[in-house]
Amino acid sequence: METINTDVAIIGAGGAGLRAAIALAQADPTLRVALISKVYPMRSHTCAAEGGAAGVIKSDDSFDMHFDDTVGGGDWLSDQDCVEYFVKEAPKELMQLEHWGCPWNREADGSVAVRPFGGMKKQRTWFAADKSGFHILHTLFQTTLQFPSITRYDEYYALDLLVDDGRCQGLTAMEMRSGLIKQFHAKAVIIAGGGAGRMFPFTTNGAIKTGDGMAMAYRAGVPLKDMEFVQYHPTGLPNTGSLLTEACRGEGGVLVNKNGRRYLQDYGMGPETPLGQPQLKTMELGPRDRVSQAYWHELQKGNTVSTRWGECVLMDMRHLGEKKINERLPLVRELAIAYLGVDIVTDAVPIRPVVHYMMGGISTNTKAATPLPGLFAAGECACVSLNGANRLGSNSLVELLVFGKSAAMSAIEHIGGLPAPNAAALEARAAQTQARILDLFSRTDGTESMSGLRKEMTDTMEKNVGIYRTEAGLKEAVDKIAQLRQRYQHVVLNDRSNVFNTDLFQVLELGCMLDCAEALTVGALARKESRGAHQRLDFTERDDEHYLRHSMVYYQGLDTPRVDYLDVVITKSPPGVRDYSGGHK
Amino acid sequence: MNERLVQLEVLRYNPETDTEPHFQRYEVTCKEEWVVLDALNAVKESIDPTLNYRWSCHMAVCGSCGMMVNGEPKLSCHAFLRDYPGVIRVEPLANFPIERDLVTVADDFIDKLKRVKPYLIPAKPKAIEEGEYKQTPAQLMKYRQFSMCINCMLCYAACPEYALQPKFIGPAAITLAHRYNLDSRDGGRDERQEVVATNEGVWECSFVGACSEVCPKAVDPAGALQQVKVASTLDWFKEHLLPGGSK
Repeated sequence: METINTDVAIIGAGGAGLRAAIALAQADPTLRVALISKVYPMRSHTCAAEGGAAGVIKSDDSFDMHFDDTVGGGDWLSDQDCVEYFVKEAPKELMQLEHWGCPWNREADGSVAVRPFGGMKKQRTWFAADKSGFHILHTLFQTTLQFPSITRYDEYYALDLLVDDGRCQGLTAMEMRSGLIKQFHAKAVIIAGGGAGRMFPFTTNGAIKTGDGMAMAYRAGVPLKDMEFVQYHPTGLPNTGSLLTEACRGEGGVLVNKNGRRYLQDYGMGPETPLGQPQLKTMELGPRDRVSQAYWHELQKGNTVSTRWGECVLMDMRHLGEKKINERLPLVRELAIAYLGVDIVTDAVPIRPVVHYMMGGISTNTKAATPLPGLFAAGECACVSLNGANRLGSNSLVELLVFGKSAAMSAIEHIGGLPAPNAAALEARAAQTQARILDLFSRTDGTESMSGLRKEMTDTMEKNVGIYRTEAGLKEAVDKIAQLRQRYQHVVLNDRSNVFNTDLFQVLELGCMLDCAEALTVGALARKESRGAHQRLDFTERDDEHYLRHSMVYYQGLDTPRVDYLDVVITKSPPGVRDYSGGHK
Repeated sequence: MNERLVQLEVLRYNPETDTEPHFQRYEVTCKEEWVVLDALNAVKESIDPTLNYRWSCHMAVCGSCGMMVNGEPKLSCHAFLRDYPGVIRVEPLANFPIERDLVTVADDFIDKLKRVKPYLIPAKPKAIEEGEYKQTPAQLMKYRQFSMCINCMLCYAACPEYALQPKFIGPAAITLAHRYNLDSRDGGRDERQEVVATNEGVWECSFVGACSEVCPKAVDPAGALQQVKVASTLDWFKEHLLPGGSK
């Protein structure tokens, strides 16, 4: 097996991985950086983010206000030391992107423009039309091309971490073009592998978002934190699940039911605001968890619109006019016309909530460090506890910048004065991975089909782990996922060739998703309260006495995982009431 | 919702077992509103798990799923079945070597992107603390269209010059260089011209315009290349005909 020696290995080349790579290259050009990704960097799912990135820049705004919005938006499950650090770093990182060429929208005087976003009390979302994630990703990718110390390993599928002597010292990965497994020996590893939305059948997430990075850390003994918090974005296209950005509502779009009523006023987000005059932090600019939950109630009441794509509500943007729509929301218009045949200039567009983002992930602290020395994580795969129980739109694009950089700086700190690696021990561990893959290829008694198992998993998650949850449903899901993990041991590999074998990668990705689904369902069953995106019909209130804590789920092989808890860090904002009444309460 | 039995002819090639590529035919039930990618996914899920292709976002922004659909370069997530009433022939992107089935070897394009230095080389570097480089909406609009490229490589598959002369830097990479040259914050044009204003660069282009026709994002690489040619010609005149030159 070929060994590649490097100083820092980064798994994932989306926003967080690229930002980490640049920070490493700038801080110390002598460090060898290996940037490993199962897709070319510009294919990473950061590209699909639309609305923008939040950072205090205008004179009527303050760090404290961004802090309050984030902590309240997260239903007090955010670690407040993390949020304090984040809000201060956010504008610096966004300015850094400006200096790297990001085409932010501008005011007439040439300064950076900002737009309103859900749950934010001030306008602080920097944007590049409705292609903000796309431009951030390409700006970062293109910027990396000037640094010779960054070596990319495009289309390498990461398999397992190499852990020896109590610290992470590298990983194994398969070169997809050849099928060859290679071992990367590294002094530090940063996981930036993205989320796991593909556990669900209806999601904005691209095919690549299968939780590989989360599962890799989990299998190596690192806890997954707060996995039960899954964000439904309120406005997805009902057929493909494609995202229609929250900026639709930021610019003034409204949500109406089959009677034409702006129903959000009936769920604690009213009173109604005048059409075309969106007011911050109320009605359509409420937080995503509340807006998605309101849809569920409308569905129960029979107030939704029946379409050929199922039950929907309508998002009406006609009053914005064609000029503003083309200037601010060109991609949304293009998507709705192409995939639904609806022009938002002339018609209201049917939408429904769609799985969008994992608040939970690999447990990290404010320095992006995991409990395993030498292992760092950033971006959606990590749970640094910025987002708490519900992420505010436009915080995640900044999160991957702030904590991508943190991960790099922490990695540099870690690698000073390390003892020499025990190469033989690392090789022995890499050989175990190779044996695991070989077993898939040589197995002749497989009985389970990959696509069959995957469908059972996604059906279970949709049925039992959606916007509202119950004890019975969650128990069913926990049992079902445990069975699927057992049955996965007998999965059949249909394609036995070495070259770009996507059957193999889908089998491996399914294993990762099942691991993530296990942590998610077990965490959700154990949390007997309703907070943010985790809503239980049998425990309808937030319970700070018992659950103002992070769930920490530990991998136990095929046995039931262990659930532990970690206290939330409160620095200055005691748990309070989330008020989205626009000051009318 | 209306369904339709779609006939696909897909180019298959496995370098480990095949001496040359061949077509394989699949029949698969599809919804009328589906795209070609959905049909391929249905084949992979229920008929043939050994079929290989790249895809991710299913919203025409990640640039992974470029293929030839009935002979034309298309994003398969943006090629609607309703536009293809008969048998649909799907092949890997033209002008690139086949890695396996519909997966091409993209190394050449990736190398070319890097060669044009597609990153901001500031005209006047300044510290983050000094705030943003001011850029008016009008200055932004000068290059914004050329910043929309998703690197899907359809323009290379359509380009007759690239087919003949693989050294040609090609539409997307030159357009990206032009995007930075036009950016009011940038001062790196001279460095990029060393790659772009050469016989492997813009002078290889014969302005057929196929690149702009197939571009799924209306970036108009042909327009960008034309602008680069005009600007490079002006450079030549300034250097050779004006007293003292311009440099």
